[in-house]
Amino acid sequence: MSVAATPGKRSWTVRTREAAVGALPPEKLLPDGQPTYVDSWIYVFGVATLAALIVIVGSGMILGLKGPAWWHDTGVGHFFNSIHLWAVELFFFTMVVHLWGKYWMAAWRGGRARVWMTGAVTFLVAIPTALTGYVSQQNFDAQWISTQAKDAMNSIGAGAFFNVTNFGQMYSWHVLLFPVAVVALVAGHVLLVRRHGVVPPFELAERAPAAPAGSASPPGPASGAPPPAGPPSEAPPSGGAQPGRQGEPS
Amino acid sequence: MNVIGAVFNLNNPAHVVHWHFFQMSVSNIIVIVAMLAVFALAILLPFPGAARRQAAREGRAER
Repeated sequence: MSVAATPGKRSWTVRTREAAVGALPPEKLLPDGQPTYVDSWIYVFGVATLAALIVIVGSGMILGLKGPAWWHDTGVGHFFNSIHLWAVELFFFTMVVHLWGKYWMAAWRGGRARVWMTGAVTFLVAIPTALTGYVSQQNFDAQWISTQAKDAMNSIGAGAFFNVTNFGQMYSWHVLLFPVAVVALVAGHVLLVRRHGVVPPFELAERAPAAPAGSASPPGPASGAPPPAGPPSEAPPSGGAQPGRQGEPS
Repeated sequence: MNVIGAVFNLNNPAHVVHWHFFQMSVSNIIVIVAMLAVFALAILLPFPGAARRQAAREGRAER
């Protein structure tokens, strides 16, 4: 049974829905195609980082369910432990290459400052996420790392609150608090990319600086997508910038 | 329980490069060099089918 809305008064659910759909309409959230300039290997590293993160979270969940004795004393446990570690190595490898690419193409252009910021903060949060994992291995290596890191934490005054030799605290931070932060930041980052579109290369932005958002078309139709009948559904060279903004400021 | 050992003996301390204040293991240096190489290749290597799509776009532009 539906409740009739009070005339002239919009509920918070309606306002939330309208704000969400306004910020990210379905065709932007899950677009039909992508700009042609994304046709390059450098654009693969963002999604590779995402894939590594999914493997990290999945393998981490299994390790958390089974516990340290399992990952040390059984073959399968050791295997999942290794999967988790090497997924982390690949995560940082691909994330840093992604960072280099985005830095050198100045990917914060066209109103994308928050995309850059969420990415940078994700990188900074991922580092202590890995550190808390390294000290949670329950082996001599972890013990060594924690005793060395304790000196570092004490030197910045954080040692009393963040005790790297306290396994319970470090494991909790590693299994829950930091992953929640990383996943939330990555989700925000990806949604912002969907909202603003992938930043066009410098050359393309210089060619169409005065084109209003939504009317300028990419050099050709999106990869694999039919030529759009009206304004392209994929991000235009202005990068899907906020309505009313001009094309790319150089 | 079957345990498959490493192909190479891994039970050695890391080889370390010391140069003034710079100190890093050789394996870490190799990883960084690999990252730089992958970055350069990602920029230089063409995407599969890129030439075909470019030709198709140019063909459509001419019409």
